[in-house]
Amino acid sequence: MTILGILIPVSLLLGGIGLAAFFWSLRNRQYEDPQGDANRILTKDWDDHPKP
Amino acid sequence: MTALPRLETTPSACPACAVVPSAERLAALSAAASGRIMLSLPGAHCAACISTVESGLAALPGVRSARVNLTLRRVSVDAEPIVSTETLILALKRLGYEAHELDAGLLSATETDRQGRELLMRLGVAGFSMMNVMLLSVAVWSGAEDATRDMFHWISAAIAIPTVIFAGQPFFRSAWTALKARRLGMDVPISLAIILASSISLYETAKGGHHAYFDAAVMLTFFLLAGRYLDHRTRAVARSAAEELAALEVPRANTLRDGIEVVLPISEVSVGDIVLVRPGGRMPVDGIVTKGSSELDRSLLTGESLPAYAGPGTVISAGEVNLTGPLTVRVTAAGKDSSLHRMADLVAIAESAKTHYTSLADRAARLYSPGVHLLSFGAFATWMWITGGDIRFAINISAAVLIITCPCALGLAVPAVVTAASGKLFRKGLLIKHGTALERLAEVDTVVFDKTGTLTLGMPEPTNLQDIPDEALSVAVALARASSHPLAMALAAAGGEAAEVTDLQEVPGYGIEGVWQGRRVRLGRAIWTGADPLDVTATYLSLGKASYGFTFADRLRPGAEAAVAALAAQGKHVMLISGDAEGAVRDLAQRLGITGWTAGALPAEKAAAVARLSAQGHRVLMVGDGLNDTAALVAAHVSISPASALDAARVASDIVLLGQDMAPVGDATRIAAQATRRIKENFAISILYNVVAVPIALVGLATPLAAALAMSLSSITVSLNALRLK
Repeated sequence: MTILGILIPVSLLLGGIGLAAFFWSLRNRQYEDPQGDANRILTKDWDDHPKP
Repeated sequence: MTALPRLETTPSACPACAVVPSAERLAALSAAASGRIMLSLPGAHCAACISTVESGLAALPGVRSARVNLTLRRVSVDAEPIVSTETLILALKRLGYEAHELDAGLLSATETDRQGRELLMRLGVAGFSMMNVMLLSVAVWSGAEDATRDMFHWISAAIAIPTVIFAGQPFFRSAWTALKARRLGMDVPISLAIILASSISLYETAKGGHHAYFDAAVMLTFFLLAGRYLDHRTRAVARSAAEELAALEVPRANTLRDGIEVVLPISEVSVGDIVLVRPGGRMPVDGIVTKGSSELDRSLLTGESLPAYAGPGTVISAGEVNLTGPLTVRVTAAGKDSSLHRMADLVAIAESAKTHYTSLADRAARLYSPGVHLLSFGAFATWMWITGGDIRFAINISAAVLIITCPCALGLAVPAVVTAASGKLFRKGLLIKHGTALERLAEVDTVVFDKTGTLTLGMPEPTNLQDIPDEALSVAVALARASSHPLAMALAAAGGEAAEVTDLQEVPGYGIEGVWQGRRVRLGRAIWTGADPLDVTATYLSLGKASYGFTFADRLRPGAEAAVAALAAQGKHVMLISGDAEGAVRDLAQRLGITGWTAGALPAEKAAAVARLSAQGHRVLMVGDGLNDTAALVAAHVSISPASALDAARVASDIVLLGQDMAPVGDATRIAAQATRRIKENFAISILYNVVAVPIALVGLATPLAAALAMSLSSITVSLNALRLK
């Protein structure tokens, strides 16, 4: 049963990382324009060089 | 919020910042910032649109950056002050996109946005801990014992208690407000169940007990937050669409200041100012005409489709449209004080007469909350008596009862259905502005329509061209082509060949005259052309001796016939109450097959008619667009206005019709009835679960597993039932 001592913290940590990522996406306003972002990835404007 | 301080320094202070994607995003949101122009871009729909618009706008001199938001169909432009909105709109037109200016000050999306993000964050936290606590609980349910069980309980507690404290705040807050107002809302039993379940579990864990309800407490929070979030989203979507409609109207007035004409926002125009109104323009203020003569289209205010004459001394009201000649107007009231305030009294009266509607959810909560508390307390008292004072056991039972009966499904039942139905109606072009509008719409048995602008478009069509000799018609068309008067334009569009008429001259307020085959010919008002006036909308042609009358009927709004037919087929009583002349109203009523019609109704009479119907026990749906309908819209049980309506009418109505087509109104009543049926079904399902589960809890057999099962099963069933909406 000692394996529990490792597995439970690990699972909590992984879950926590997911939660932190969710927080980050909320704070960075990743959900402001879902349709626009879905389409923006298709544009070829900045394929050859990054946006100045 | 770490983002806020950056927001202030973003736009103008450092142009380089605008390049950083996150700064640009933030800037795109700070709509009210100076130098920022918001445009509505209804035509944007694809990846190519984004780059075309953004690069096209960025290429204009003075434009620092442009960012398209495809979800909201808006573009926000950061530009030097010299760049005017008109330049941008013109540039977009050249690119092939229709654009409209949005009044950035009216788009207060940030506040609802913040609330939505907060709810979503709490939902995320609750979801995270629900998953983890559930994993641990499964181990306990499958038979973990002694030290292992205790350890699992402690870990669950460490996850669940902070979660409940953080994620449960919306419920605790609203429960506290309800208690302070000495009411028992739905949130009081919710909060009680969450708090009691957490604390009892903590106590049991400390004592090394068998049952802990951490999973139930967290699951309850999660499901109820999901309902709350759905509810919030539905409202936010409706609110932002309504705000966009309002922001599309940027009222400005051409004002004379020290002899120079300046364009001022309406808020800066004051009483006594002189305002110029061009033909085709809408009156921005209330006032008195000092110079010029013209005709006025008053249909939005009174419902009359026949233009009225205006000359020096004529009193005009904001919202009227100037048709033929330029007018100079001395302002008597502007902005919020203008003609709207005359309606405000009427609206206030109508509002006070309106019976307050209690939503189905509130009615359910009113029955339910005391019942739950009594049941739980009864269980506690009974078990105290049976066990001879075993407080721990009795509290355990009463907590189990509270958890099982907790309105998890009830909290989801209404939001899930309302979200599904509003989404469906939104795709059909109906915007549900009010939370209970759907339920009220379902109860409607009488539908009252306004005529001008609602069932008709306010665009005239000539009706008796076949009775006019070709020669006269060709002269009329030639004269009509020279004018921008709506009747003339309709005639020019429908007439065909034009005769050769010279010396064309428009006489504002009267009509057009010219010379044809050496004779003076006139097209215009009856008195001016020497014709006998007819009782319908008409214009008159005089060819020297003979004179002809051209009659017009308002063009039907597309889908008006379908809507009236659908409503009649649903067994609703359809009525037409208009401020227009009798002839026009009678014709329209006959065309649409409406038997009950009233013509020449004043605003107060409209409201009174609706109130009378309500007093007779009818549930009235009012559909109207003008200022004269506003009081009636408020007085009605539920109201719909088209997007072309005056701002005041749109604000007063519960539902806004976004497109031109009227047909969705028929669908709306059907979907509303269906949605209400689903809500009731969902209540029945919840009650059924309680009927099965509560006795188990009362006799003390409810394990945490049973509670978790009952809760998730009922929540999933009601959500699925909500999605069944067609």
